[in-house]
Amino acid sequence: MGNQIDDSRPIFVQIAERIEDDILEGGLPEESQVPSTNQFASFYGINPATAAKGVNLLVDQEILYKKRGIGMFVSSGAKVKLMEKRKEQFVEQYVVTMMREAEKLGITSEQLTDMIRERGNRA
Amino acid sequence: MSAIVEAKRLTKTYGSFTAVNNVSFTIEPDKIYGLLGRNGAGKTTIMHLITAQLFASSGELLVFGQEPYENERVLRQTCFIKESQKYPDTFRVTDVLGTAAMMFPNWDEGFAKRLLTDFNLPLKRRMKKLSRGMLSSVGIIIGLASRAPLTIFDEPYLGLDAVARNIFYERLMEDYAEFPRTVILSTHLIDEVSKLLEHVIVIDGGQILLDEEADSLRGRAYTVTGPSAKIDAYAAGKPVIHQEALGGSRAVTVFERLGATDQKQAEALGLQFSPVTIQQLIVCLTTRSSEQKGAYL
Repeated sequence: MGNQIDDSRPIFVQIAERIEDDILEGGLPEESQVPSTNQFASFYGINPATAAKGVNLLVDQEILYKKRGIGMFVSSGAKVKLMEKRKEQFVEQYVVTMMREAEKLGITSEQLTDMIRERGNRA
Repeated sequence: MSAIVEAKRLTKTYGSFTAVNNVSFTIEPDKIYGLLGRNGAGKTTIMHLITAQLFASSGELLVFGQEPYENERVLRQTCFIKESQKYPDTFRVTDVLGTAAMMFPNWDEGFAKRLLTDFNLPLKRRMKKLSRGMLSSVGIIIGLASRAPLTIFDEPYLGLDAVARNIFYERLMEDYAEFPRTVILSTHLIDEVSKLLEHVIVIDGGQILLDEEADSLRGRAYTVTGPSAKIDAYAAGKPVIHQEALGGSRAVTVFERLGATDQKQAEALGLQFSPVTIQQLIVCLTTRSSEQKGAYL
């Protein structure tokens, strides 16, 4: 059990993030059915009520929608919506952190830009 | 649906010792509760009160809306698995399970059989010949297969190895998903069970220290590490529940959610953050409260 659930952050948030990742990476295409609350609970070894809370968080944000009597599905347009949301977080989560570490190591923003460009060319 | 257990100003004293001190709480239907705390905190006394094995000294206690004492209706709906259950000397495993089958109206014989296989229990063996771990598995099988609307496990896995504990957690969650019921799980293995819990009640010194949704305890505290002088500046006036020093650096655990302003301040000072798990939080709070009672609660 476990599957890398972190016990120091609310689990329902982590479940919502995993579903978001699956949608972004194409594992859960739009209009496809999302696993049930009990499937999430047994896969991650967590309480079904907590799993349901994570799923409902995405229903509130209209990333998922409910088909009565069948289950939860990915809304059309969910992927674009998530990409927008994640882009906003990207600066705070990655760029700011990277620049802080670079400053600590005495890397100038010019050197930093070069590094990124170099990686980009290689990829 | 109304509450499964409702305790108001519940107190239990033994002579001059107060085991449970003016405690009020509610257990809601179909949730899994963790009843946590150190040895001697009063957890077992509370469970004995709920299951009518002890009389309260004062206060009110309703279980399924009724007083539990000598109340057949309440007791048939309750299954209490104790750490050191005693069985009649002549009983074999099969006799114990047979008795349980008669006592609990929701008993599922098929489920009990599957659990016997899961835990490798010899049906014909006498109870007194069982190892400590095997005795624990008998309790777990009864607790699960009884499907009692209120099931209480008090440190149910003495002597059980990690594999068997894992089987217990998995079967509990599978069966709970299919047959929701109220479960109270009392244990010291917080890291192992915290993901299963919906709600956590922490008892300390006979009183309730925390009564919250498990998920709301995650991220409720954080540890920040850095040079002593900077840490002192940052932590001044904050609810510090634990601190440690190593050479010139210091780590303090702060009992509050990390706000954006504090995070910016700490990052500007070059301090490092680390998250705090539920187990770490409870250890900090119950270690400290023996010296300095509930200052931040």
